[in-house]
Amino acid sequence: MTNDANKNARAQFEHVSLAFDTPRGKLQIVDDVNYSISDGDFIAVIGPSGCGKTTMMNMLAGFQKPTGGRVLFDNAPVQGPGPERGVIFQEYGVFPWLTVRQNIAFGLTLHANRVAPGEREAICDHYLSLMGLSDFANSFPKHLSGGMRQRLAIARAYAVKPQFLLMDEPFGALDAQTRANMQNLLLQVLAAEGKTVMLITHSVEEAIYLASRIVVVTARPARIKEIIEVPFPYPRDESIHERPEFGQLRSYIRELVMNEYRAQQAQSSFSE
Amino acid sequence: MKADGVKRILLGAIPWLGAIALWYVVRWSGIVNPSLIPAPHAVAMKFVELLLHEGLLVDVWASTQRVTLGVLLGIAAAVPVGFLLGWYRPARTFADPMINFFRALPPIALIPLVIVYFGVDEMAKLVVLFYAAFFSGVIVMYEGVSQITPLYIRVAQTLGASELEIFRKVIIPLTVPHILTALRVALGVAWATLVASELIAAQRGLGALIQNASTYFLLDVIYVGIICIGFVALVMDMILRAISKRLLVWQERAVA
Repeated sequence: MTNDANKNARAQFEHVSLAFDTPRGKLQIVDDVNYSISDGDFIAVIGPSGCGKTTMMNMLAGFQKPTGGRVLFDNAPVQGPGPERGVIFQEYGVFPWLTVRQNIAFGLTLHANRVAPGEREAICDHYLSLMGLSDFANSFPKHLSGGMRQRLAIARAYAVKPQFLLMDEPFGALDAQTRANMQNLLLQVLAAEGKTVMLITHSVEEAIYLASRIVVVTARPARIKEIIEVPFPYPRDESIHERPEFGQLRSYIRELVMNEYRAQQAQSSFSE
Repeated sequence: MKADGVKRILLGAIPWLGAIALWYVVRWSGIVNPSLIPAPHAVAMKFVELLLHEGLLVDVWASTQRVTLGVLLGIAAAVPVGFLLGWYRPARTFADPMINFFRALPPIALIPLVIVYFGVDEMAKLVVLFYAAFFSGVIVMYEGVSQITPLYIRVAQTLGASELEIFRKVIIPLTVPHILTALRVALGVAWATLVASELIAAQRGLGALIQNASTYFLLDVIYVGIICIGFVALVMDMILRAISKRLLVWQERAVA
């Protein structure tokens, strides 16, 4: 993964704004955001909670339309959701009425990416073992722990082979240990399958550990505060947490985010 | 396993035995004039007599048939209507007051009109039961459907599902539990409405049995009729619950 700015952009935010009309006036959520995500990039978007990070992701996923500017994917404006942009939701969204195997196979049974039953089973087996879910293949999600549900959601998204992954605080609800495991698993899978990722997070460590570039977003309305290149090459392992550059970068980004967090607090106490 | 089953049957029997004991106590205590309360054993004997000589089973069958048909037709109509109301919020704002208006009307109050428009045949009874089942079912359906989280639909969209695939593979499975609940609620309401529907000049049926017995003040027959209604309703509910359990193994339950 390099950060060559001249490479073909997969996703582009061009002067993107989003505002709602509320009874108390116009509410600006996203304001004039510009950046592009190139093939093989791993972008982490970080900012205070409620600042509009998820809204940015929703616009690229196709759930929301910008009220100003354009969101492009492969040089065409995003019209709606599609299987080439896999989304991993904060709330997992595993289908409770399907078994683990049926959840993974779900996308492969759809007209948009149907494969022969034999191949479907092979893909399921591959992700079941990769995610450590083989023993639970025929269980319903109610029998799974939070970490397993998250792995299932990831397996289901991967099974349709999206080249582009959108992840909305995917590990936010997990305990520290499971979270670290999931981050390492994600790095392994990316090393093997080479995907482009946009990750929404509020964890500075997670952003530095995983991403090639970090987009720091301001308090609402979301604007780009700064885009930071992460200097560590892939493959990465947990030892980079110990590197002095990691600590410096973490302090620097944390300071940026904390300033925005304070601004957000001031804003909300002002509006109340 | 076997000891467990025996224990469950015993536990289930205790409240029934208690109720029968209470019945005897009330009768013998003299709080109520004993001639107004037939003894449980007298009711049991009456039950056997009706069963053997008066064709009680014909009444049970007539009522069960009416209730089942009324509920099936009522729910068949309530499912699509409840679904539309739950799914399209504007439709709900538009239809909600009217549905609640009709739901609040006791079916028994409609009987004179039903007789005018549908006569006194089987059709008339069916209309009353249909009415009761439809309005109780429609509420359950639309409350349930309106609570379906959009998350699952978004997930399906990002995996490439078309509108039709979302409907078939996401919305239908999520609607099944609500259809089953609607059926159970409607069955309860329909049994409650049965006597009213059989007031319309029914020859046979448990409601008719009770109605005729009350004319001649045959309290024991009334008791037999009431107990039969409760029992048949209980059995039907148990069957539905068993079906739900099979269809909804995936559901998380607060208590196992």
